[in-house]
Amino acid sequence: MFVLKRLLFVILVVWSASTITFFIPRISDINPIRERFAELARLGGFSAGELETIVASYSKAFGLDKPLMQQYFDYIGGVMTLDFGVSLNKFPKTVLMLIAESLPWTIGLILVTTILSFVIGNLVGALAAWPLSPRWVRGISTSFILFQGVPPVLLAILLIFFVAFKLNILPIAGAYSIGTIPDFTFEFILDVLRHQILPGIALIFGSLGTWVLSMRGMGITIQGEDYVVFAEHKGLSSYTIFKDYYLRNALLPQVTAFALALGNVITSAIVVETIFGLPGLGFVLITAIRSNDFLVIYGIVLFITITVAVLMALVELLYPLLDPRVRQGQE
Amino acid sequence: MINYLKRNISLTIGLGLLIFLILFTVHGLLTIEFKQAYPLAVRPKQPPSLKYLFGTDFFGRDLYTAMVVGVWQTAIIGLVAGAAGTIIGIVLGFISAYFSGLIDLVIKFICQILTPIPAFLIQVVIASSIDKRDVTIITMAIVVFLLSWMAPTLVIRSQVLSMRERQFVAVAKLSGMNSLEIIFKEIFPNLLPFIAAAFVAQVFQAVFASFYLAVIGLGPLREPLLGNTIWAAQSQSAFFNGWWWWPVGPSLAMILILGSLALINMGLDEMANPRIRNKE
Repeated sequence: MFVLKRLLFVILVVWSASTITFFIPRISDINPIRERFAELARLGGFSAGELETIVASYSKAFGLDKPLMQQYFDYIGGVMTLDFGVSLNKFPKTVLMLIAESLPWTIGLILVTTILSFVIGNLVGALAAWPLSPRWVRGISTSFILFQGVPPVLLAILLIFFVAFKLNILPIAGAYSIGTIPDFTFEFILDVLRHQILPGIALIFGSLGTWVLSMRGMGITIQGEDYVVFAEHKGLSSYTIFKDYYLRNALLPQVTAFALALGNVITSAIVVETIFGLPGLGFVLITAIRSNDFLVIYGIVLFITITVAVLMALVELLYPLLDPRVRQGQE
Repeated sequence: MINYLKRNISLTIGLGLLIFLILFTVHGLLTIEFKQAYPLAVRPKQPPSLKYLFGTDFFGRDLYTAMVVGVWQTAIIGLVAGAAGTIIGIVLGFISAYFSGLIDLVIKFICQILTPIPAFLIQVVIASSIDKRDVTIITMAIVVFLLSWMAPTLVIRSQVLSMRERQFVAVAKLSGMNSLEIIFKEIFPNLLPFIAAAFVAQVFQAVFASFYLAVIGLGPLREPLLGNTIWAAQSQSAFFNGWWWWPVGPSLAMILILGSLALINMGLDEMANPRIRNKE
């Protein structure tokens, strides 16, 4: 029953997102196909008179001449089967192919940075609130909250300036050095990793502040709980109390917060990718924006929405495994 | 007042930064020539000097002038979108919590469905559907606002729900006040700290979102909005060409803006929830 409810919720979220992405472009008077070919015409190639004929025949090919409701149902059907149509710019590649090509880069970056920032942020936040940690530890860890106001993109630019531009230790941008051939050799992998350090640091520190702040809040609340007081009176070592009684309980709400933060994490990663010129989803998105490749823009948006909705549902479904109290409540 | 500011450090620093930014912008707006914030006005590609405080860019814009105008435009977007979002949030939150029943269910449900959708991506869809020539500061504000009223709605709703059960509302009811009087005379004044915090959070979100949109090239491309300047610098490979001052200046300005808003927000949170304060 619970699973079914979550599933229904995911479908509703995806449905409303795809409805929004279907209708908003149709309210505006931009015709993606005309925009695209008008741009090509500006660059030369064919006369403006031919433009309308081309637009009409392509509109027919993309099914844009059908009644609106028919288009809508086709579109929703496509979204549900992950068919987002084809790229106007890189025809005949489909949107899904473009996503699949760039996805490994984005997933790699997001996975590593999100796990690291979650672990570091929560540990730092817990230390900031733990009454037994030394004064200087509390001071330093509390100051991490300041990172909350700094978006990863701005950190990225400052890192490029100081580390890559001034000190010249790491590369300014790109996924690998120009001139190297992508291959699974040791040097190439090392080269790729070197290019991922700065984006990684920017993303980790960019999302650290939020974790520190919320974990510190949780920690302060938990200190007064009876079970912590009881553990203290039992004479357990402060390390055991910190690890088993304090950290574990304070972490539980953070897991839910993690699910809610997924959207922001992915958004930030995408924009940081564009700053560093990494060939991930962000790069595909910004190229699509530059070349008016609308179906690609909408495809990426919907793909990420689906991913976020599914992951959020998964976290909620797995939550009872972490917290037995919730499990009992459901049965 | 001063004693309180001494205790609430984040609010004090945040307000200080904000006052500095306001002075910088007001002084700038009174002294600059607006023309220099647009292309072909000054010698291009000059590093920072006494004549061009923050240097000039590839297109011949004076970056100091561009920054003054950019901060000003950022402020407009933040205030317009923030105010609109907060007002919608207050209205919907009050309707939802005070009258409850079916209206409440519908509003809550819509908020819950829209919240998991990454707002930024929908903003990308909306912004890219607008003809590039029609994008202005105000359309940016509208785009940002369209998907940011859910959070204040839910916050105000939950606060009104808890307020409604308090004794002073019961007393007011017994003394014969009608719903509108209770809302405006009893509940609203008590909500002010929460509304202030929600407003600052909204402004932060709006500035943040419009900045991200501009950085990926969906801003009003002619305007020297901070994100646009960074986008332009990135598309001309400023770092590879050695023009480091081009993207760094607007980034620092943006950090100051967002930092001051985040600090004020934290300070207001502390004010609205004294429990956090007492535990320390």
